[in-house]
Amino acid sequence: MAKADIDVKYVAELARLELPPERFAAVERDLASIVDYIAELNEVDVTGVEPTAHAAALSNVWREDAAADSGLRDAMLKNAPALVNGCLVKVAKVLPGEESN
Amino acid sequence: MADTLDRKTVHELAAGLAEKRWSSVEIVKDCLDAVRTRDKEIHAFLKFDADDALREAALSDERRAAGKALSAYDGIPVGIKDNIAVRNATVSCASKLLENVVSPYDATAVAKLRAKGFIPFGRLNMDEFAMGSSCENSAFGRTMNPRDTSRVPGGSSGGSAAAVAADLVPAALGSDTGGSIRQPAAFCGVVGLKPTYGRVSRFGLVAFASSLDQIGPLAKDVIDAGIILDTVSGKDEKDSTCLPLDPSSSSAAAMEGAERRTLDGLVFGMPKEYFSGPLAPGVAKIMEQTVAQIRNMGGKIVDVSLPHTKYAVAVYYIIATAEASANLARFDAVRYGRRIDGADLVDTYFKSRGAGFGPEVIRRILLGTYVLSSGYYDAYYLKAQKVRTLIRRDFAEAYKQCDLLLTPVTPAPAFKFGEKSDPLQMYLSDIFTIALNLSGQCGISVPAGTDEATGMPVGVQFLAPELEENRLLRAAAAFEAVRG
Repeated sequence: MAKADIDVKYVAELARLELPPERFAAVERDLASIVDYIAELNEVDVTGVEPTAHAAALSNVWREDAAADSGLRDAMLKNAPALVNGCLVKVAKVLPGEESN
Repeated sequence: MADTLDRKTVHELAAGLAEKRWSSVEIVKDCLDAVRTRDKEIHAFLKFDADDALREAALSDERRAAGKALSAYDGIPVGIKDNIAVRNATVSCASKLLENVVSPYDATAVAKLRAKGFIPFGRLNMDEFAMGSSCENSAFGRTMNPRDTSRVPGGSSGGSAAAVAADLVPAALGSDTGGSIRQPAAFCGVVGLKPTYGRVSRFGLVAFASSLDQIGPLAKDVIDAGIILDTVSGKDEKDSTCLPLDPSSSSAAAMEGAERRTLDGLVFGMPKEYFSGPLAPGVAKIMEQTVAQIRNMGGKIVDVSLPHTKYAVAVYYIIATAEASANLARFDAVRYGRRIDGADLVDTYFKSRGAGFGPEVIRRILLGTYVLSSGYYDAYYLKAQKVRTLIRRDFAEAYKQCDLLLTPVTPAPAFKFGEKSDPLQMYLSDIFTIALNLSGQCGISVPAGTDEATGMPVGVQFLAPELEENRLLRAAAAFEAVRG
């Protein structure tokens, strides 16, 4: 079977994962063996078969679009790595030239 | 647990509480003693809060003394897998990224346990983000199999299975995405139930693969599995994939099965594809003994076919990793989690995620990202979803000829640490459990004997159609009662 050709650096970028370059080869080897294995699905004829996205016997579930206070704000903020004024999550600047807070 | 409570099931503990043979505080103290002593060798628990558990137990004893017990099970501790949220406890998913994250709320399953007076107890070890079959992928050290500490407890709910098997807690919650309750249950010699998809709310369960994940019990017997299922099941407005049903009444079915000890009139299908590959001699022998016992109990055995079985592992590792790559995208260390500051916001994502996730989680995120990436979606993800339909149809066809399916849980008993170092070999050991998650139906792993070669427990798996937990537990409890 043909070895799958996987650009690990590109896929890691899509996944927002920093991977040390020395690990690329090992990761690529692992992924290629799995991708080669899952290629066995090519032999299955699925003409006219609908995909299954979900196993539950449910279609759309509706509820009122009503606002409610979870009461969890302070507890949630305690998990934040850094805060501004004790009530905002601190993040690095998103756009160039913007204030960092 | 220590002397007085040794090997007691949830229903035996409940009877003792009712008869004042012991108090909730005594039960919890015995759990704490067991965790402080025996768990040093097993490492089933990542953490536990002794003060909180004792406080809850004292409140339970007060309620009971005042005639206000919340249920027969008020005051009984239940261990909780580390990916299921408990208010004010860490919910790390055995990952460095979430090591110090404290949940502000209870998962619905945990809230429902509390509503009946059960005491959520400790944080049970697991493969990081429930990705693994051996508990070797925990970022905080592996859990050992209580029957032989050189062997894995199974995974990903390895801590839950080991804790119940070692009498550290009477029962535990786990989660099952591809066999993560049933396989460790079989490896450790306890009962493990995967309910029908949608039977139990997933609110507060950290998502791995949303179309496959399901919370369920690991327990000492089938009746206990029913008691926990009845407690945690039922509709939940916080999870729109949770079926709008009343809680199950499966413990009554299990009790009836254990009392009547018959399988009269039940037809068990054995999928021939499950017996075409290599099966350890000890597992094959126990399957033969199980068949003989079922026949002795009045059950009928028929051969059935699940023709797409050989594709289940491939379908699973496409769908599960694709969903995982999307679900785990939320862990960006901005609002919670261990942040490693980079040059800018995007660099912070890269650094925090790269350092926070372990090797298996990274492997699966990358595989999932790859199969969903531009140009590959139709070939992998869409194709896998279509084959998933064929796998579901296989089960529907099989159930036209039988009431339940009977299969092994794993091809071999618990393996030794480090024995399966190749990821694909590890994935292939899940061959008998993953099709059930793809089909969405219910299944249970029940201890069925000991492998002579290794001395390790072997389980058998019973499967039933969607929402037929009562049929499943009635039969499994009868089987268990006769096997003894």
